[in-house]
Amino acid sequence: MKLSLRSSPHQHVRRDTGAVMRLVCYAALPGIAAQVVFFGWGVIVQLILAITTAILAEAAVLLLRKKSLERTLSDYSALLTALLLAISIPPLAPWWVIVIGSVFAIVVVKQLYGGLGYNMFNPAMAAYIMLLISFPVQMTQWLPPQSIAENSASIIDAASVVFTGFTLEGYSIAQLQVNADGVTMATPLDSVKTALLSGQTYSESLNSPMFNGAAGKGWLWVSIAYLVGGLALIKLRVISWHIPGSLLLAVAATSLMFYAVSPDNFASPYFHLVNGSAIIGAFFIATDPVSASTTPRGRMVFGALIGFWIVIIRLFGNYPDAVAFAVVIMNMAVPLIDYYTQPRTYGHSRRSR
Amino acid sequence: MSDIKQEINTLTWQGLWRNNPALVQLLGLCPLLAVTATVTNGLGLGIATTLVLIGSNITVSLVRNIVPNEIRIPIFVMVIAAFVTIVELVMNAYTYELFLALGIFIPLIVTNCAIIGRAEAYASKNPVGFAAYDGLSMGLGFTVVLIALGVVREILGYGTLFSGAELLLGDWASVLKITLFTTESPFLLAILPPGAFLAMGLLIAAKNALDLRIASIAKVPSEKQVQRARVTAE
Repeated sequence: MKLSLRSSPHQHVRRDTGAVMRLVCYAALPGIAAQVVFFGWGVIVQLILAITTAILAEAAVLLLRKKSLERTLSDYSALLTALLLAISIPPLAPWWVIVIGSVFAIVVVKQLYGGLGYNMFNPAMAAYIMLLISFPVQMTQWLPPQSIAENSASIIDAASVVFTGFTLEGYSIAQLQVNADGVTMATPLDSVKTALLSGQTYSESLNSPMFNGAAGKGWLWVSIAYLVGGLALIKLRVISWHIPGSLLLAVAATSLMFYAVSPDNFASPYFHLVNGSAIIGAFFIATDPVSASTTPRGRMVFGALIGFWIVIIRLFGNYPDAVAFAVVIMNMAVPLIDYYTQPRTYGHSRRSR
Repeated sequence: MSDIKQEINTLTWQGLWRNNPALVQLLGLCPLLAVTATVTNGLGLGIATTLVLIGSNITVSLVRNIVPNEIRIPIFVMVIAAFVTIVELVMNAYTYELFLALGIFIPLIVTNCAIIGRAEAYASKNPVGFAAYDGLSMGLGFTVVLIALGVVREILGYGTLFSGAELLLGDWASVLKITLFTTESPFLLAILPPGAFLAMGLLIAAKNALDLRIASIAKVPSEKQVQRARVTAE
């Protein structure tokens, strides 16, 4: 009789990179659906543009590098990068913004460093930062939620705005930004930041019609939808709880610290968690297996420091949201974190490395 | 005579390509990255640096036998600083707008490692003529890279070429400006410092790729020779 002997782990799910990436894409679907419901069809147009560009760019670089096309394209990592970038940028940004961003993410941030597994920075977030500092006007044209918008747009209109700058009826993006009261709308984070800078208190700044309590209308549901997708990923063990858990806890703790000292000048932890991209950043962006820390303790440190930076940059930086900056800053710290958090090998003393 | 010719050839080749101060030695990167947002700025700084290089190389070469070895570096720095001051005053007098545009980076030529590097590595050991020519070819190599970076960044950032050339070359040069496209939203990254780093990295990569290609072409495939241990019949 022959006994087969296998090394641990004995119970495992056999998933290749492509399967993991696909699962993450599926998990983002509820969030994308919520974005479509509350902010219109633009995000779908951006998704199509981003995915097409990213895959073409990846194929072009692979041809130049003389690598196998189908092996790399079938790992779906370019698709996921494109997806994350497309849901991060304003839904009606001009087409060339997302095209430049996708090409930059794939060619410069990912392939120039050696392709998947070698990139030091999160491609989608590095490209987002590139777009934000290059095209600040286009990258801050967010729309009001559909329920309070003066002019809403169909999918044809959305595509028309993305490609020509105007809807079929001739509304420009500036007109689409206007709400029913004729006031131009910004994002909740932007609106509160501007109000605080102009001398209002935090509770006064929430009087804008875009808010429902402390959460921006629509933004709350988008965040909840991404939270559901993220929890499903943890349940399926695609990602571990360490990074999202420590990140969200750190966002809450850091913002609570400021809020407790001066509730008039700083927004509440709840506000910081549900507005902007804290949730999507925690579950979908910071958990990128390549550019994040790899040890369990390292992941806690990595996530917590991202959360800390998100709040600090939101409060004191020039830009309203900060997930991209926080993630890229901590990407740089990953080698150091991994070095100091190496787990002890069983049977070895703690000192020896 | 052929020695001189050979040395001149070597110096040209070294300065412009093989040992290019910007692309290979990676010296003087600070002004290189800071001022190359337009071709004009790059050209202006390139010419200024070249003049300083030639002047300092000649002077260092002239005094090389009377400078005590222990204090040569401070003396070289003072020589370079003198020439930088001359160039700065000249630019202040004749190309005032460009002088304002380049700002702190003209006085900072003093700290450009490419200049003191050439003084130490070449001029302090070689006769005047060669030293002057070394300064010229190294300066030209640096200028070419400044211009190349300026071209890439100006096209991407503003969609123009040679804008503001009249600041450097006089009023007639305003006809040189070429507008490739006009855009309401310039590609700010190309103008900002990160764009300089990216463009510089791509330029270095292109040079290395070209070198590799040349090397692979130059290497003649060796003829396949059948070697027999023993020849029995001829």
